[in-house]
Amino acid sequence: MPAPPVFFDVQERSAVGQTILEMRGISKFFPGIKALEEVDFSMRSGEVHALIGENGAGKSTLVKVLTGVYRATAGSVRFAGEDVDFRSPIDARAAGIAVIHQEASMFPDLTVAENIFSGHLLKGKARFLDWRGMREKARALLDRVELQVSIDSLVRELSVAERHLVGIARALSEDASLVIMDEPTSALSLRETEDLFKIIRALRDEGRSILFISHKFDELFAIADRYTVLRDGRYVGEGSMKDTDVDAIIRMMSGRDVEHMYPKREAKAGEEILSVVGFSRAGFYRDVSFSLRKGEILGMFGLVGAGRSDVIRSLVGLEPRDSGLVRLNGAEVRIRGPRDALRLGIAHVPEDRQGQGLILEMSIGDNITLPQVASLAKGPFLNGDAEDEVTRTYGALMEIRAAGWGENAKNLSGGNQQKVVLAKWLATQPSILILDEPTKGIDVGTKAAVHAFISELASKGMSILMISSELPEILGMSDRIVVMYEGRVTAVCDTRDVDESAILRAATGVGSGIGRAS
Amino acid sequence: MKRLFKRKEMTVVISLMALCLLVSLRAPGFLAPKNIDSILNDTCALIIVALGQFMVILIGGIDLSVASTMAFTGMATALINQYNPGIPAWLLLPAGAAIGAVLGMATGSLVAYGGLPPIIASIATMSVYRGIVFVMNKGAWVTPHEMTADYLAIPSAPFLGVSSMIWITVAVIAAAAVFMRLTSSGREVYAFGGNKTAALFAGVSERKVEMVVFTISGLLAGLVGVLWVSRYGMAHSETAAGFELQTVAACVLGGVSMAGGSGTVLGVLIGALFFGAINNALTVVNFSPFYQMAIQGFVILFAIVSNTLIDRKNQMRLVARRKI
Repeated sequence: MPAPPVFFDVQERSAVGQTILEMRGISKFFPGIKALEEVDFSMRSGEVHALIGENGAGKSTLVKVLTGVYRATAGSVRFAGEDVDFRSPIDARAAGIAVIHQEASMFPDLTVAENIFSGHLLKGKARFLDWRGMREKARALLDRVELQVSIDSLVRELSVAERHLVGIARALSEDASLVIMDEPTSALSLRETEDLFKIIRALRDEGRSILFISHKFDELFAIADRYTVLRDGRYVGEGSMKDTDVDAIIRMMSGRDVEHMYPKREAKAGEEILSVVGFSRAGFYRDVSFSLRKGEILGMFGLVGAGRSDVIRSLVGLEPRDSGLVRLNGAEVRIRGPRDALRLGIAHVPEDRQGQGLILEMSIGDNITLPQVASLAKGPFLNGDAEDEVTRTYGALMEIRAAGWGENAKNLSGGNQQKVVLAKWLATQPSILILDEPTKGIDVGTKAAVHAFISELASKGMSILMISSELPEILGMSDRIVVMYEGRVTAVCDTRDVDESAILRAATGVGSGIGRAS
Repeated sequence: MKRLFKRKEMTVVISLMALCLLVSLRAPGFLAPKNIDSILNDTCALIIVALGQFMVILIGGIDLSVASTMAFTGMATALINQYNPGIPAWLLLPAGAAIGAVLGMATGSLVAYGGLPPIIASIATMSVYRGIVFVMNKGAWVTPHEMTADYLAIPSAPFLGVSSMIWITVAVIAAAAVFMRLTSSGREVYAFGGNKTAALFAGVSERKVEMVVFTISGLLAGLVGVLWVSRYGMAHSETAAGFELQTVAACVLGGVSMAGGSGTVLGVLIGALFFGAINNALTVVNFSPFYQMAIQGFVILFAIVSNTLIDRKNQMRLVARRKI
């Protein structure tokens, strides 16, 4: 047996292998959704553990159960040798579990020192705050994470990478034995990622455990010791990173029993109707081009943050872009906002139904007619009859269930709200329909209905651009697929020519000429 | 009928009736036609300006410049009248409204094109406009004997036995109701206030909506400025000082949500009338002026709290009814 390297703390290192966290039979049900079903998950001290799964596989839910944000419907958790039942994130933090979120848990207008000690401020004499003690400790912590910023600088002024290091410093200040990092590298450059990994390794060598969530396989293989894969809220398998490869993990992630759910449709590729040429916007996406043909469903796949929605928002004029042009039926068009887009026959159904799609305080009818309220009007005055006609036609088409068209949108169920949003955009009779995550967060039955409906629209000649983070949906619905990774298009392909692993490779930067880091 | 009682405005209506009954027990003259006529005439200004304020609050904003706008157009038209007595006095009404609309547009531009939050933009123009009122006549007052009789008679001139002040108010209420309920711009104001992002996605123009509501608010305040100065026969730099907060209070009393997106013309009308009735009642019942302000505040607080509680209860009932 070789002697341990001198720079490791021998005692800490020997602790590797002891189970620090054991979650057994964890289930979490929401009304109509089984987010987690009988999931087992365990971690050892002194390891970096990758939690892997597609979007919606249950990773975030599991983390939220672990950190006390959600309470599990069933199952037990043992942490550091004790049975625990965290009722709030405060309990979890007190027990030594720290989460480093992407953005959420930072206070941008407080200083670095204040952020590090937020939630567990040091008290001195007479219960006044011990600022001197906190500043000293903060300085020491920043040294440990090798962050060269002043403890008095505002977090707002820091880069994303620096904020992560502040988050780690905070975790250290609480002496967390388990640190959870949810996609920490999504906004980091390669160099910043390497620096972060150095710190992560140092933490691991101190005997702390790191739960690492990322969609980037090259990173997972570079940093993680072991992995656990989830799919559709269920445990699929776990093992050592050394004993597996990208293909095996992708097989575990995707499974193979979903294709028949999607409606079959005869793809008849028409002529090109819309083309996006050379879209670039600094910090968001670069040199994005693709085209949409008449009557086809073009799927747009990519991980969260790949820039798909940003490209679409620029396309319909909601956000600016630095360069690039749009051609509609061969002629260049300028789209300065949704109203221009609608006039050109382009309807954009946004991702967030409540936030971007509905006016909750308004009636179903007023919501459906909103995009065309001005064009239906006679002069300045509303045209009630024409509005009723539109509402009746499209409300019936979408089979919206409600007491009446005058009912407020806020009183509808999620599925019916989604139908109102779709009815609203279909009522503008677009030739191009852009759908951003059309089935996100709706139940399986409604999902199938929405899929059938989208299919039918396409076979009637409507061109559909569908953004989705669900790979089965993309593969099941699309005629062609555009894949984006970190703001660039990494693949454009015919669905018949590809399989899930090829798409996942392109979406995680390991396919299409992007090599896997060793 | 049941639905009518569930409407937010009903709590204020019931409070208003209770208040009237209580007061008339102490002072029987309170409900006499003459006193009611006086309450109505006193409240007209509040109703009109509150309707403009209502539209700004609907989009989640606030217009604190309305009282200064009133002082501005009041002073401007009084000076026109003083130095050009030949100009027909009734023409000063549209003139005041037009000046007010321009002032409202200026505030609106700061919001729509300058990107300032409405409260900041209107605090700025509030000071600027009132400052200009001071400069216009070098701080001096315009007193009744400097105004023509026609000018002073604008608000009180009777038509079919009712003062023109009330006729103008009725016309403004009708116009506001038509605008909010029957025009596409009105619908866009509601949509924008209810959910700004969703409205933008649906093609509603942010700048247009912001310009429209501030211009209307300024126009109505400008119109009332003329009526105010001619009614009280005095134009000075302190005209209607503090009135902007009364218009906000009237809106809130009438069930208009400060978060935007919800409220009705009827509600604002009732809220303003309630406010007017309290003011009058406190005088009629002969409360010491020292107590009046505090009592006024308590009554409003009570009405708003009960309004909010009932609203929350209704909402819980609706949520419970939803199938999951």
